[in-house]
Amino acid sequence: MTDKTNWDWETKEKQISDLNEWKSSYNWVEEPYASPDGEKIAAIVNTDDMEFNVCENSKAWEIEEPFEKAYSLRYSPDGRLIVLAAADDEWKTVVDGKPWETIFDFLWDLRFSKDGKAIAVATQTDGEYCMAVNDVPWKDSYSFITCMTLSDDGKNSGSVVQTINLGQAEVFKFQKGAFSAAVNGVPWDTNFVNVWNMAFNADGSKLAAEVRLNLYDYTIAVDGKAWNSIYGCVWEPIFHPNTNSVIAPVKVKDGWTLAQDDNILWDSRFAQVWHQMVSRQSDKIAAIAATSYGKWTVAVDGKPWDITFGDMVTDAVFSPDGTQIACIGTDSGKYTICNDGKAWDIKCDMVWKPVFSPDGSKIAAKIDKNGKRTIAVNGKLWNKMCDEVWEPVFSPDGSKILCRSVEDGKYYRRVIPVSEF
Amino acid sequence: MALPYIEYEKNIIDEGLETGMKNLTQERIDKALAKVLDGETGAKLKAYVDTCVHCGLCSDACHMYLSTKRDPTLTPAGKVKRSLSVLLENRGNITPEIIKKVSIVASTECNLCKRCVHYCPFGIDIAYMMSVVRRICHLCGVTPLYIQDTAHSHAVTQNQMWVKEDEWIDTLQWQEEDAREEIPDCRIPLDKEGADFMYSVIGPEPKFLAQLLYQTAIIFNTAGLNWTMPSCPGWDNSDMAMFTGDSEIMGRNKRFHYEAAQRLKVKRIVMGECGHAFRSVWDMGNRWLGWGMPPVPMVHAIEFYYDLLKSGKIKVKEKYKKSVTLHDPCNTIRGMGLHEKARYVVNELCENFIEMHPNREHNYCCNAGGGVINCGPPFKKKRVATNRIKAQQIADTGAEILITPCHNCHSGMEDIIGDYGVGMHVKFINDIMYEVMEKPEIE
Repeated sequence: MTDKTNWDWETKEKQISDLNEWKSSYNWVEEPYASPDGEKIAAIVNTDDMEFNVCENSKAWEIEEPFEKAYSLRYSPDGRLIVLAAADDEWKTVVDGKPWETIFDFLWDLRFSKDGKAIAVATQTDGEYCMAVNDVPWKDSYSFITCMTLSDDGKNSGSVVQTINLGQAEVFKFQKGAFSAAVNGVPWDTNFVNVWNMAFNADGSKLAAEVRLNLYDYTIAVDGKAWNSIYGCVWEPIFHPNTNSVIAPVKVKDGWTLAQDDNILWDSRFAQVWHQMVSRQSDKIAAIAATSYGKWTVAVDGKPWDITFGDMVTDAVFSPDGTQIACIGTDSGKYTICNDGKAWDIKCDMVWKPVFSPDGSKIAAKIDKNGKRTIAVNGKLWNKMCDEVWEPVFSPDGSKILCRSVEDGKYYRRVIPVSEF
Repeated sequence: MALPYIEYEKNIIDEGLETGMKNLTQERIDKALAKVLDGETGAKLKAYVDTCVHCGLCSDACHMYLSTKRDPTLTPAGKVKRSLSVLLENRGNITPEIIKKVSIVASTECNLCKRCVHYCPFGIDIAYMMSVVRRICHLCGVTPLYIQDTAHSHAVTQNQMWVKEDEWIDTLQWQEEDAREEIPDCRIPLDKEGADFMYSVIGPEPKFLAQLLYQTAIIFNTAGLNWTMPSCPGWDNSDMAMFTGDSEIMGRNKRFHYEAAQRLKVKRIVMGECGHAFRSVWDMGNRWLGWGMPPVPMVHAIEFYYDLLKSGKIKVKEKYKKSVTLHDPCNTIRGMGLHEKARYVVNELCENFIEMHPNREHNYCCNAGGGVINCGPPFKKKRVATNRIKAQQIADTGAEILITPCHNCHSGMEDIIGDYGVGMHVKFINDIMYEVMEKPEIE
């Protein structure tokens, strides 16, 4: 987790940078990204024909050669600025302007450990694929990888790997199983017809994944061993943070439900269940669910909220103490936040993932309304409608909110008392 | 001039069907039938089966029947009789050989085009009945080789053409780079969170038709739209799993597609000129997952182009001179009613538009859709031979250019134009819009 105690929670307003000036300095400025603490803003900029750099707080990185290509600019949770960049068709991860040593033919799928100390990418060199963490590629590479993942502590990386080569249209060879999962490059002993979305447990020592055993039978595999039960379909598993048990949505004869360690967990059945989550604090298990066709809600320990949304429910999150859940609900193309089954009155054109205050008494979210971006707290809008904002961050004591915004091309960092909303 | 009838081999050998049949057990057949007939279908199928009085009015709807000197086995009702009825009437005595035979009927002799629905006095949805047969054949593992391989590609890569993740991004960057020859600051923004539009395509675009990505980048940039494309799986909206009867992979792919849009917080998805993909994202795949409608608003390219021209975001510099005709793809016209918007777009872009007849929702199918062209080379000659009526229809227009806003239609039309010697070129709307639109002046 990012330590926010050392951030500046006192200065009410800082104008960090005027992006309008950037635009006059470069041929074009790509979409900006704000640092987690709000002190910095950065964007990929074009300096000349096929020449790119990164500009951070009005200052371009000092690099030996301009990048021929650059993409996937992101701040890590610990505030480092990363971009994937190429020169002479050689790709490198560049961190705070310093390219890492290892050269690849291509890089993509940038991801971070929770604290940001580990930076992982998917890599391809000479048609061979693997992951690299902190610039160290796996020892083994494969002809194909997908569904990359990284443990919370960044010590273990995993992906789906192809372990047996397939010629064109070798469908029956495919159906015998040519895919597995690899942890730090080492594949499971077992092949499956398909392996998909996987998750590490809390300490990164175990990996669970969705698998297809043949064209019709689905189940969950943990460290390469498939559950005994066969399901009509499954979705991505997660580990219970307290018990290490594996929880996954499974499709049984009368609908979707959750299973835990190969046993049906919920008595209730749904038209859909996915994005299950467990609170370490309360032990509650919740998931996004459809009570019937086109009726979406959140189910907590198998019991759905009374409220349903016609379009979708996304981005569900537990409060820090695990007693509440907030999510985004959408009806007829209008988005709002729903907290424990009660929807905010405001309807927006887009809403980002809700953020709980440390004590759970407040929920804040980035929203888009009438083409402008702003922040809402407990259903009330901030008095500024901006060109862009980033997701709100509560101070450690929950009394203030960090608002990062672009207004008239200028990037501001503001600390606003929650009471002002 | 009347085009010739083409003879074709009736006994086609397909490795997927043959080996699938050999691997098939009685237990698997019984399980598949029970799962589908007792578990997945209900009153709808029973109503259709019980309601059909075999009046034969559907016959004249089918391009295959009309293209083969009125072969009665190729009437829609005849195809049901040779597939679903066989399974229903002989349940308990279905052999692997029977599964192979019904798979051939359902997978290669019906495009699921739904023209026959318009001719049926009861509105019986024969495409649904054929889809039920395909579902049973999938669960038996007896499907044509090439489309099965495509379904496997969907399962592994979430795209139709085994395009690897780096290849996808690399192709977009390559097209972006090329487009800067025309518009120096042209971008294909990847993973731009909060963009107004996410543009999604089908696997063949990065694989074989990268110029469409280039042209689309020029269109989006000229129109000044805030758009993005996902760098991750979910960029492909196509769906051959839907056509093999692999509903689970269909659902999985649609989930990837819509969750890519949800993650990027886009307000709308615009999809390229593909018909079957539209059916999957707008009707079939989303609903299998439990979404009543697309969870993120999505529009087909025809609607998108209509909006661009109507709003003046794209202006025509000089209309296209060559004479054009327009093919109405089944999935966007019978399936969604975009025919008038398509005509508005074509008339805005082209000087000389010649209607083919019949048209709009009564148009003949291309005979490539419904996964038929994806059954591959073994069935190509049969596919061409059973669509003489379409070749005749487009030849009769005398147009120089055939516009087909659908990928499968496009490929199918090229085949019949070539084999019947029609002498016409096939284009997407995208090709013509790119050619005639006003583009930013380079300083």
